[in-house]
Amino acid sequence: MTTSFRRAEARGVNDIGWIDAVLTAARPQAVGALLRYFRDLDTAEEAFQEACLRALKTWPQNGPPRDAAAWLIFVGRNAAMDDVRRRAKQVALPDEAAISDLDDAESELADRLDGEQYRDDILRLLFVCCHPELPSTQQIALALRIVCGLSVKQIARAFLVGDAAMEQRITRAKARIGGAGLPFETPGAVERAERLATVSAMVYLVFNEGYSARSEEATTRGTLADDGIWLARLLLRVFPQEPEVMGLMALMLLQQARAAARFDDKGAIVLLEDQDRGLWDDKRIAEGLALIDKAMRHRRPGAYQVQAAIAALHARAKRAEDTDWAQIDLLYANLERLEPSPVVTLNRAVAVNKVRGPAAALEMVEPLGAKLANYFYFHGVKGALLQQLDRCAEARAAFDRAIALANTPAEAAHIRQHLDHLDRENA
Amino acid sequence: MLYAILCYNSEAAVGSWSKQYHDETMARLHVVNDKLAKQGRLGPVARLLPTTAATTLRKSRGENLVIDGPFAETKEQLLGFYVVDCASLDQAIETAKELAVANPGTGSYEIRPVAELHDHKLPASGSPRRE
Repeated sequence: MTTSFRRAEARGVNDIGWIDAVLTAARPQAVGALLRYFRDLDTAEEAFQEACLRALKTWPQNGPPRDAAAWLIFVGRNAAMDDVRRRAKQVALPDEAAISDLDDAESELADRLDGEQYRDDILRLLFVCCHPELPSTQQIALALRIVCGLSVKQIARAFLVGDAAMEQRITRAKARIGGAGLPFETPGAVERAERLATVSAMVYLVFNEGYSARSEEATTRGTLADDGIWLARLLLRVFPQEPEVMGLMALMLLQQARAAARFDDKGAIVLLEDQDRGLWDDKRIAEGLALIDKAMRHRRPGAYQVQAAIAALHARAKRAEDTDWAQIDLLYANLERLEPSPVVTLNRAVAVNKVRGPAAALEMVEPLGAKLANYFYFHGVKGALLQQLDRCAEARAAFDRAIALANTPAEAAHIRQHLDHLDRENA
Repeated sequence: MLYAILCYNSEAAVGSWSKQYHDETMARLHVVNDKLAKQGRLGPVARLLPTTAATTLRKSRGENLVIDGPFAETKEQLLGFYVVDCASLDQAIETAKELAVANPGTGSYEIRPVAELHDHKLPASGSPRRE
């Protein structure tokens, strides 16, 4: 995670490194509080920016304040109000020294920032990025800019577009949410739960934008997966007792733990069962397992928890053949009830194949044909099942269709391996 | 005398370290670790996962209470610890200072004398992989 301050004049690598992290960590709370105060996103962001510049000036000498977020809110708010006064040419700016010493004011402000308000400020900041009129890519771009504090350049790089195009996209998105009226009333319990669900979905979108990146894009778009995890961590800190937030965090960690094993040297996809499990990230797995275990104790199941539980069963299997497919089948059946979709059924069929064989799995897959006719994975799975049942001509037709629908060269190459295998068997 | 050096910092801030800063800081801390280990002064060292992954069992007279967290209203959390053999409090403070130079910025070290240490060995296959 970086902010645009990284490129600020370095006073020493160490100072910039930790100050950058403290500013990034404090940003959601500080911008959220400034937004509540000024009721205008641009003013809030400018105020925070100004506070950050003053932090970079004073923290290396004075050391960090006890409560960085409270300091930034206080200094940012004063700076923005000074700005208004300066424009009115009424009062001169106070000098820097006065701002660096605000122990009393800071603690007074911190006392007023009670937990509830702090939580709603952060939730609101995330929620304004999820405006339903914004397409999902704009929601993601906005969250990366406003909440994570990434520079436009960094976001443009992740989306593989030019800086100017991204600048314009973010400006338009901001204009849209600004005009739509931001939600400043304190949400009730139901409203808060709805916001949390909306925001969780957006955070998972950010993650998937990175996780679904091809191997050759891993250094650009791939960073979005880490940004998604950073956002989920923020959400979990604010809602530490919500099992679905634990589930979301666990799901991302357990998926991202496999990142290093998902592509081979040539950039081709390596299927889960063929991955070198030694390359999986133990630390992410440990945290993911801890979180899903915690979440399940609440006995309030949800779609993220079930998906995380499935990922956890893969993570717990030392070798692919140790995978508890019967349990995975049950969990997918659960997911079908919670969030019915043909894609979930398709995934369940993969588990059914392992437990009850290809005939039972194919029976489950075939009715999905109408809804998934243009879905690459549908034809890939169907082809593989037909191949196992020695229905080679039909398998070939399914694989051909899959190649035609492949989204990436890596996907097409993967299916071609199946076709080669078919050819070898029939040679 | 054994001292536990308990490392407190904002887990939000540490969680926002850039990859580069993380790697550089860990490399600097490893230098301190290696020096202590060579001097035969280093005991167990642990880096803990965030408190959001933690669970607390609160003892009570009836059934014990299992709760998420800890999430006390503190700005800093216990993120890890070192057990170090030090000749004196001064040496323990010097060691903590070396850690602070390697990992500057926010946070604090609690230098806590150890009363007893039972240094049982875990099997090598313990997860997470130990470094």
